[in-house]
Amino acid sequence: MKMLRMFGRSIRDAFRSVFRNFSLSLASISCIAITLVIVAISVLTFFNIKNFTNEIEKDLTIVAFVDNDADDEDIERIKTKLQSNENIDRSKIVYKTKKQVKEEMQKESDIFNSVMNEWDEKDNPLKDTFQIKVKDVEKIKSTADDIKEIEKINTVRYGEGLVDKLISAFDTIQKVTYGAVIALVIVTMFLIVNTIKLTIYSRKREISIMRLVGANNFTIKTPFVIEGMFLGLLGSVVPILLIVFGYPYIYKSLNGYVFSPLINLIRPYPFIYNVSCIVAIIGMVVGMIGSAKAVRKYLKV
Amino acid sequence: MDIIRLKNVKKQYKNGTTALYDINLSIKKGSFVFIIGGSGSGKSTLMKLLYREEKPTKGQIIVGGINVAKLRNSKIYKLRRNLGIVFQDYRLLPKQTIYENVAFAMEVIGATKQETRVKVLKALEIVGLKNKIHNYPDQLSGGEQQRVAIARAIVNNPKMLLCDEPTGNLDPEKSMEIMHIIEKINNDWGTTVIVVTHDKDIVNKMKKQVITIKDGRIINNVEKGTYDNENA
Repeated sequence: MKMLRMFGRSIRDAFRSVFRNFSLSLASISCIAITLVIVAISVLTFFNIKNFTNEIEKDLTIVAFVDNDADDEDIERIKTKLQSNENIDRSKIVYKTKKQVKEEMQKESDIFNSVMNEWDEKDNPLKDTFQIKVKDVEKIKSTADDIKEIEKINTVRYGEGLVDKLISAFDTIQKVTYGAVIALVIVTMFLIVNTIKLTIYSRKREISIMRLVGANNFTIKTPFVIEGMFLGLLGSVVPILLIVFGYPYIYKSLNGYVFSPLINLIRPYPFIYNVSCIVAIIGMVVGMIGSAKAVRKYLKV
Repeated sequence: MDIIRLKNVKKQYKNGTTALYDINLSIKKGSFVFIIGGSGSGKSTLMKLLYREEKPTKGQIIVGGINVAKLRNSKIYKLRRNLGIVFQDYRLLPKQTIYENVAFAMEVIGATKQETRVKVLKALEIVGLKNKIHNYPDQLSGGEQQRVAIARAIVNNPKMLLCDEPTGNLDPEKSMEIMHIIEKINNDWGTTVIVVTHDKDIVNKMKKQVITIKDGRIINNVEKGTYDNENA
């Protein structure tokens, strides 16, 4: 009960302090807002890239074509060989005869349908295929090479080239956004340390009297920490508005993809709410840590 | 019973000046003590050691059962809750009313609203300012402001009241008023009172225990003493 009462007092004091030193608070709130906008953009980019890379990785299939003269025994042998490869997902090896492949392709388009209808079993130029998913996409090239070594395997195809490059490019972007977010968070922290330092100075008299009449450290510190949290939260308002209204707008005007329909954006709902929460939490936590640092440094408690 | 005991206390400031040499002192519970001495004699330093604004360089200080010399910064509040402290410059919060100034001392130690209200009004009644609770400090005279400071110091019934030059800014008449209030608190509540001053008149009129400090040493400690110019 006593704890709760003291906490209420701290919250009241924090609010008071924010409005009493309004111009100062506004300065740091706007600085926090600007950094959080960049943080928000980084977070949006980060998740979109992550989403896209995941999707590509899921779709990435190695197709192995079997020689025409392979018999059933050969097929079995190839299958066991594939299953013994460490990077191949054993449960997802799919074998299709050329007849099945033909039927599938016929279903896909009318043109294929009419052309292929005239093929009979003998002159079907398609080949029996294995469709293989790998566990680790980064090792897809060496796995493909391994498969090529197997007897009676004719050609191995995977989305080499473009996909490889895209994935490595996005990997780099991801790392850069990581770095940017961390750097910005540190900058924001410094801003908050400074703001709280100034409020501490402006309330020096009050603090010294608090000490004299026997306030404990918790009572002295808490209002400042809450103030920092509050500044962080206020600073995240503008970035959150930008996310909530900006992201759906961008999504709509780009029709949900960037450059090509291959690169899908994440659907705005509920994604924007999650990101808003993340931004608000980053603001608050950073504000809290910043003010705790300032309190420790300048209050000597 | 001694409420304050100092043993071989030495205080040397970081800049090298020694304010106190080898102080031995004990003060009985419920007593009224003047500490007198000229400027720079070390009397204010002695006071600061008692409420742990400063740490002694050497020696032992016990105040109200708390070993002050070894008290960590984070535990100072435990000592301060037993003490009421009054300064020459009042140290009130200018943007808060008289009531709020006194209530502040209750609030920060977590008292309830009702408890605070009862005690604040009682304290303000003792100092005779119950009719001015809604005024702000700058609307009051110096003497009245000091009375508010006393009310704030005694509002949570401390065991000791430490006053550092409480009448330093006041004329003789107002000074005596303040001293009578302090004496009344000492008589009625049995609060141990220590007053640091260099005001001869009040020391001579009050006839209390007087401890004289000169150049960082206690040179005189008498019951019902007076301010003796040759000593100080």
